[in-house]
Amino acid sequence: MSGYPPEMQESIRKVEVTRARRIKETFPAMSMEERETILEAFHPDYKEETFQTIRVGVSKGQRMPIELAGIVEGRPHISPGFSLSAPAASTDVLVIGGGGAGASAALLAQENGAQVILVTKLRFGDANTMMAQGGIQAADRPEDNPAIHYLDVIGGGHFTNVPELVEALVMDAPFAIKWLEDLGVMFDKEPDGMMVEAHGGGTSRKRMHSARDYSGAEIMRTLRDEVRNREEDISVIEFAPAVELVLDDKGQIAGAVVMNLETGAHRYIKAKAVVLATGGCGRLHFQGFPTTNHHGATADGVVLAYRAGAPLGYLESMQYHPTGAAFPEQIVGLLVTEKVRGLGAQPVNKNGEQFVYPLEPRDVEAAALIRECAPPIIPPASGGECQRMGGRGNGVITPTGQPGVWLDSPMIERIHGPGTIQKALPAMVRQFGRFEIDITEEPMLVYPTLHYQNGGVQLQADCSTDIPGLLIAGEVSGGVHGHNRLMGNSLLEITVFGRRAGRSAAAYAQQCQRIGKPTLAHVEAWNRECQQMGVDTGVVSPILLPDYTRRV
Amino acid sequence: MATDKRILGGLMETENQPEVADADLIPVYVMGKRYMVPSSLTIMKAMEWAGYTLIRGVGCRGGFCGACGTAYRILGDPKLYFGLACQTVVQPGMYLAQIPFFPAQRASYDITQLEPTATTLFSTYPEVLRCLGCGACTKACPQDIDVRMYMAAGMKGDIATMADLSFDCIMCGLCAVRCPAEEAQYNIAILARRLYGRYLAPRSEHLRERLEEIEAGKFDAEIEKLKRFDKEELMAQYKARDIEPK
Repeated sequence: MSGYPPEMQESIRKVEVTRARRIKETFPAMSMEERETILEAFHPDYKEETFQTIRVGVSKGQRMPIELAGIVEGRPHISPGFSLSAPAASTDVLVIGGGGAGASAALLAQENGAQVILVTKLRFGDANTMMAQGGIQAADRPEDNPAIHYLDVIGGGHFTNVPELVEALVMDAPFAIKWLEDLGVMFDKEPDGMMVEAHGGGTSRKRMHSARDYSGAEIMRTLRDEVRNREEDISVIEFAPAVELVLDDKGQIAGAVVMNLETGAHRYIKAKAVVLATGGCGRLHFQGFPTTNHHGATADGVVLAYRAGAPLGYLESMQYHPTGAAFPEQIVGLLVTEKVRGLGAQPVNKNGEQFVYPLEPRDVEAAALIRECAPPIIPPASGGECQRMGGRGNGVITPTGQPGVWLDSPMIERIHGPGTIQKALPAMVRQFGRFEIDITEEPMLVYPTLHYQNGGVQLQADCSTDIPGLLIAGEVSGGVHGHNRLMGNSLLEITVFGRRAGRSAAAYAQQCQRIGKPTLAHVEAWNRECQQMGVDTGVVSPILLPDYTRRV
Repeated sequence: MATDKRILGGLMETENQPEVADADLIPVYVMGKRYMVPSSLTIMKAMEWAGYTLIRGVGCRGGFCGACGTAYRILGDPKLYFGLACQTVVQPGMYLAQIPFFPAQRASYDITQLEPTATTLFSTYPEVLRCLGCGACTKACPQDIDVRMYMAAGMKGDIATMADLSFDCIMCGLCAVRCPAEEAQYNIAILARRLYGRYLAPRSEHLRERLEEIEAGKFDAEIEKLKRFDKEELMAQYKARDIEPK
């Protein structure tokens, strides 16, 4: 049922010719030195001219993508004079964000005695958690243990991760799996109860638990269902993004101002503790990259926390998933799960040849794909000296000019037997089948896509921040993954740190004697600092939604 | 300032907005109103191209969240079609309505207090037994799930089959929209899946053992040691890892 145009089919035939030989070959993995070299030459994080340092706030001088800096330095939605005298609601714990981390936090806060309000920008569950396909890591097999997981995480992150956060991640991991299973998550298992576990990029043991290739969706819908079962203690308000945090006169958290996304009305929700779990920023499309992220991934939490005085970290590092769809045009940028490579599919170039070990850490793998497609010499953009190495020009170019390499999915059935793909990758079969591409018979064309915010708001292992009562969980945080996250550690992160944040929030709310006078003095101070520094990006932030309407 | 335009400009250039000649435009009708849009776009991108800022009816944009369930007809064709706006390419004369929300029945329950039995299913959702077996749900499912079949399993109290057949459900609710028996199939199905995952799936001995080991502090010393290592020591350990074969 080939949905590929004839010239692409021609290249596919070369892939088919080499397939039998390649199945028996393993392309060698890179040394640490080779990794460094290719990252510097081809990874988007190293394109200096696309970065900027921020000029205001507690982390001023920190480097981040230009698009993100413009939003972080943005103007507030509300004026410092916004009235906080009559809160629309009052609660122990306010959770901002309705993805996996927010849902986990709400559940644990409730279990620990708190009344909870969860506000979320779009629908409850419209989140990157829902889109995670491949799986969730946890060292629970006898061949594996949390210390080995620790090494994989910190090596994948270029040894820059915060040790206490990695410890929390790997030591809580098996408990997170147990918790999810007790809630009813259907993990893939052998008939004897043994978890089906696979490798991911940068893992030294098979520890990727999955639920077909709907791993994140299965976790998200289960968490959401459970939150809905506890409606007496957890109120969920959809289409209600937070636009500013509120502090009290002692500098501790006092809630947030939320906006009704449909009417534009602003309301103050008073809370003793706040869990910020707003996710990432893929919809900012750094360097023009497409993204795997959901519609609302616009860095809201980074903006809110930063304006209230919480330091940021690691935001100079973004994750580009090596395999986003590059064809057909309608799905460019959407995720092709790493599980495809975990099951044995190799990336191959237009000549049907391997060029990279299939399971390098994501940043290295992405850089290798970019090198394979880049033209042999990159002409300097502005007549200056050519800084970066030339590529190999071995990519396939689609009719719309999008480059990509083949991900040879038909190999999977040669290795594991017929029917494996339908069973292990139903979402991928469906995604490509809609465009007349049968991935059991034909390879997929892939190219790196903006996937994950490695950095964010700095936190302690109990999810606390520099602002008393403000807890952080999930992609909005920075430090767990250092400068590069491994596959399967984000579903783990949202569960582990969501749970920790929920527990911490409930404990904080319990010991919080009373909230002082709520104030937006920090907004006033922010405005003043921006004015003094001459900073005005013209952007009102958080931006809340990407703008895809056509300009006529 | 210049950065403003650059930020917003960057945003709109990346998602869609192809350069198109007038000849490549086709008519679609958004809730009855006619727009000319490029024929290569999905329904979602076509609406944005036409100028809509989406709030309802948009979520993951990747076919996983169920926010953008859409009903449509092609003018002149009496048949009703269903799809996800983010995954369905526009066709000339498409007459479409998004159904981002549907007031479906959902039971509240304590999963820890249930038994994985037919009785639980029937007492939590008595309407399961009202299913007519008409198959309108199956025809409406954008995931091509045989909803009628899993409902039939549910009527027999076969929780495992209901869980398995409904697994790829994204809970968009289009099945419930079409059901003459007023079922909310997708809410019933998640109960079946949670009962299966919690009670019927085989237990993992190795997971239980690992939890005991961690609680007994078996890995504490090793983790403490790693936490104290500097970068060079960590790198040496990392390079020396043995990799489990595929």
